[in-house]
Amino acid sequence: MFTQYIFYFLTVMALFSAVMVLVSKKPIHSVLFLTLTFFAIAGHYVLLNAQFLAVVHVIVYAGAIMVLFLFTVMLLNLNKDERSPKPLWVKIMAIMAGAMLLLTLIGVFRGYDIKTVNDPLTTQIGLVKELGRILYHDYLIPFELSSVLFLTAMVGAVLLGKKEQINK
Amino acid sequence: MLQQITYKVLLSSFILIMSLLVAMYSTLIERKVAGWFQDRHGPNRAGPWGLLQPLADGIKLFFKEEFMPNAADKFLYILGPSLTMFIALLTSAVIPWGPDLVINGQSVPLQVADINIGILYIFAIVSIGVYGIMIGGWASNNKYALLGAVRASSQMISYELAMSLSIITIVMMTGSLSMREIVAQQQGFHWNILYQPLGFLIFLICAFAETNRSPFDLPECETELVGGYHTEYSSMKLGFYLFAEYINMFISGAVMATLFLGGYHFPFIDRLGLSPNAFALVSFMVLFSKITFFGFIYMWIRWTLPRFRYDQLMKLGWKSLIPLAILNVVITGIVILLNK
Repeated sequence: MFTQYIFYFLTVMALFSAVMVLVSKKPIHSVLFLTLTFFAIAGHYVLLNAQFLAVVHVIVYAGAIMVLFLFTVMLLNLNKDERSPKPLWVKIMAIMAGAMLLLTLIGVFRGYDIKTVNDPLTTQIGLVKELGRILYHDYLIPFELSSVLFLTAMVGAVLLGKKEQINK
Repeated sequence: MLQQITYKVLLSSFILIMSLLVAMYSTLIERKVAGWFQDRHGPNRAGPWGLLQPLADGIKLFFKEEFMPNAADKFLYILGPSLTMFIALLTSAVIPWGPDLVINGQSVPLQVADINIGILYIFAIVSIGVYGIMIGGWASNNKYALLGAVRASSQMISYELAMSLSIITIVMMTGSLSMREIVAQQQGFHWNILYQPLGFLIFLICAFAETNRSPFDLPECETELVGGYHTEYSSMKLGFYLFAEYINMFISGAVMATLFLGGYHFPFIDRLGLSPNAFALVSFMVLFSKITFFGFIYMWIRWTLPRFRYDQLMKLGWKSLIPLAILNVVITGIVILLNK
């Protein structure tokens, strides 16, 4: 009963702040609303008895990525007046691209029959023990490969940063 | 059920009031310690030994003029200090303050929430702690405040890495992410600091950086940035920022005591033969004195070391602490593997 109300609250919060990300005029407000969306999603994870996922979600998205976003936006200090208005064809292209993505998503989700999660309290998948066992047992190679991918991205970023310095 | 909720509410309000009181009197102790270090008296006018000084400071802050910069983002300007205070008070939920009390034959844990990922919860709070400062600094619409906020965020992100790496060794040794379990394994004198001295040192340095204490108080470096991120703040909004720093000191002391100094455990803990409740009280006092010890270290270092330069700060974080922490993780892994 009580969890249902929390679910509705979190859903409304997630959707509202997701819309506000697009609607807000100031980039900083958009970033902060996006952070709020992430918190709402973390709340959904808790409702699904996946506390580990919820906390990692907060640490990685709200705590690291969004702080860097905020950092960049602040440093650039983007203002509403400084942004040049986009030409018409860019707008049309953007709408078409968005509509195509929407169509694809609808097509994908039409194929699924929506299952209700039995009882979130009995599923253990989001708890750290079970998740760790699955990651290191069933999906060891994909897990390790993705970590190598991240390492490559990091090395690439450092290299790009270095190059700029030399050219100066 | 109702009884348990009542206990939880009572316990969390007790912890809340305790953190606020401790933070309040830390300001006095800080000034007394500063006076002692500089061979002067410190505040001694308000009440005996200046004991009413924090009250006088609080009243002064409340009655100061409420100032709002003209070009400020009104909502975010108020949100900044409120968020800082809120986040500072959140961490204490997962700290075990003592062994179970026994009331009416029922055992009541002295911990608000025993979640099985307690350490990660603390990390989540630490990592979102920077928002209050960034929002406040940006909303003031002042370049010094903005620079302070940007410094704060890059400093916190850099030191979070080394901090989490130093914690990983504790998790590897304990095999659990729950604070309760980590404390339980340090019973007697098996304190983690004896097994992880390097990890403790790294964690301590990072805690200084995360709480913005000297020598890492670059975000509010008054010689370059006027007042840093709180340049434009006055009255109790400024008070919230300053106050949150002392709460953070207290809570980080509690976290360090819990993770490295055995929490509420002390040697010969089981030879005293006390009743459970008296035992819990003694254990709580032991934890509290450990926290006070850390509070003193914070002040000691503040009045001893000069502030770092910004590039030195980044160099220390990225080029010394993180490699050392990784080395520590590798060594711990090897030792655990060999002892298996």
